[in-house]
Amino acid sequence: MDWLLSFPHIDRRILTALKTSVDAWFRDVARALGSAADLVFHPLHVALGGFERFMLTVPWPLVIAFVALVAWLGSRSIKLVLGCVSIFVLIGLFDMWEDTMKTVSMIFVCSMLTIVLGIPLGIATARSERLQKAVLPLLDVMQTMPSFVYLIPVVMLLGIGRVPGLIAVVIYSLPPIIRLTNLGIRLVDREVIEAADAFGSTGRQKLFTVQLPLALPTIMAGVNQAIMMALGMVVIAAMIGVQGLGQPVLKAIANQYFTLGVFNGLAIVGIAIVFDRISQAYGERLQRHRGIGRG
Amino acid sequence: MVERTARSVGIRIEGLYKIFGPTPARFMPMVQAGMDKDELVRSHGHILGLRDIDMEIAPGTLQVIMGLSGSGKSTLIRHINRLVEPTSGKLTIGGIDVLALDGSELTEFRRTYTAMVFQKFGLLPHRTVLQNAAYGLEVQNVPARRRRETAMRWLERVGLDGFENKYPDELSGGMQQRVGLARALAVDAPVLLMDEAFSALDPLIRVEMQDVLLGIQEEVRKTIIFITHDLDEALRLGDRIAMLRDGEVVQQGTSEEIVLEPADDYVRRFVREVNRGRFVRVDAVMSSDGAALPPGSGVTVDGAITLEQAARIMAGSGAETADVLGADGAIVGSVSLRRIVSTMIANG
Repeated sequence: MDWLLSFPHIDRRILTALKTSVDAWFRDVARALGSAADLVFHPLHVALGGFERFMLTVPWPLVIAFVALVAWLGSRSIKLVLGCVSIFVLIGLFDMWEDTMKTVSMIFVCSMLTIVLGIPLGIATARSERLQKAVLPLLDVMQTMPSFVYLIPVVMLLGIGRVPGLIAVVIYSLPPIIRLTNLGIRLVDREVIEAADAFGSTGRQKLFTVQLPLALPTIMAGVNQAIMMALGMVVIAAMIGVQGLGQPVLKAIANQYFTLGVFNGLAIVGIAIVFDRISQAYGERLQRHRGIGRG
Repeated sequence: MVERTARSVGIRIEGLYKIFGPTPARFMPMVQAGMDKDELVRSHGHILGLRDIDMEIAPGTLQVIMGLSGSGKSTLIRHINRLVEPTSGKLTIGGIDVLALDGSELTEFRRTYTAMVFQKFGLLPHRTVLQNAAYGLEVQNVPARRRRETAMRWLERVGLDGFENKYPDELSGGMQQRVGLARALAVDAPVLLMDEAFSALDPLIRVEMQDVLLGIQEEVRKTIIFITHDLDEALRLGDRIAMLRDGEVVQQGTSEEIVLEPADDYVRRFVREVNRGRFVRVDAVMSSDGAALPPGSGVTVDGAITLEQAARIMAGSGAETADVLGADGAIVGSVSLRRIVSTMIANG
């Protein structure tokens, strides 16, 4: 009856051998490719470091003015501008300005990279059934695999620091933007696509004059999601050495500093609100032509 | 390569078949041997879209294709510009073997030979009326100024001047379809495909749009294929009408031929409700045998007018019979009021 009570599993020695051999193989790969990988990702390292230094050297009034400007351009709403400015003022008053700038620069670079990778990938999956079939399960894995798990190989390969943090964040925040770009393009009205075809549009013309403009609200929702997920990764990224608001939170967890944790946590929430409201307001303004005064 | 040739082109469709499903070619021999639509779906999971369509459309004429939903009419019209690929058959437009065109040739063909108007308009919601009307010219890389001028001219022609900077959402259905029509006319293609173009419109707006189309066709003489499920519309617009059922042509002919000699019950059901007095011409019912009717009432009617018009003339003058004049003004036959009225009220 023993086999009924405990699940018959593969012999422990075989499993151990499997794990150690895969680990050994990957360690060798990491050693062999480590310096090459460093070289490949060096431009990212430079970009991250440079942008962070830039954010830290710019005088704070300029940063706040810039936030106000972007909020205004995105939303044309004075209420939203005031809200965004007061969030940054509060962050500064509570002495979290420096960490916030580090986090903002990290999130900004991550989001840009996610957009640059995600939108073309989303377009490609929308155009090919086969690619979609291959990519969607992969996205499921990326979204549900605990991020600590894929941190392991990234850290083995690149060590700790900003670049592995960036890679982890991008892996985590890439799926929604691919999914929503794909979905947005596929949801474009069939008759409008037919019209584009019937008038002799090339695939490229159809993409830029019909599919992307009509999918834009959905794509913007994907961009928004990607930014939110990147912010959600701030603390986990801090575990592999990424500077910013995640570090004090880690310290707070380790030492049970409740207030420190709450302050920095709220600062992350504040940044998220600013990014979210501005990008959503911008997305809404993009589709102003819909649903205004029917004739 | 496709090149712009004569502005008026004919269309010839020969033995066109369309089977929908993963492996349509496998079932072609069976369908050609006479397997019916139901059996194809039941035993093989393939759908028969069109079966053995033969059609000849003369340059500059308006061909109506009629049928109930699911009869394959939208599939058929999409073969003309190859939005749908046939399973087998031949399609020649203005001497071009359309099915032999490769990707870039097909794009060029669509730009220069065909334009299309859609049931739900197919306009770009993020563009203004003017930008929509210029869309066909834009994909052809016509310079911005010229395409604006051309699009503007056609918008004016369909009665939309003053609306060029509105968005489609701000217009009523009828006006949106005017934009669709202007967009199709702006590219000046010799073939105009209209897929239930007026079916989504209110009855009064629909008649208005039919008038717009007939007025424009008077000028431009394009080869038009017009899909509809409304017989009144078909009779009003069509030089010729083809009746489609279950992917097969059951009858083709002029309005009179369809109304007066329906080929089977399917066509008869369509025709029953129609007001024949408005579509049937006097010369289609007149008697050309001089002895059959007593001549000399002194009233004459033109053979090209409708029964309704003739009845009005005869009733007005109190004549029981009238002489029918041919195109050259000579008497070609005679007709009695009784014959006219009995044709008008005949049932099926």
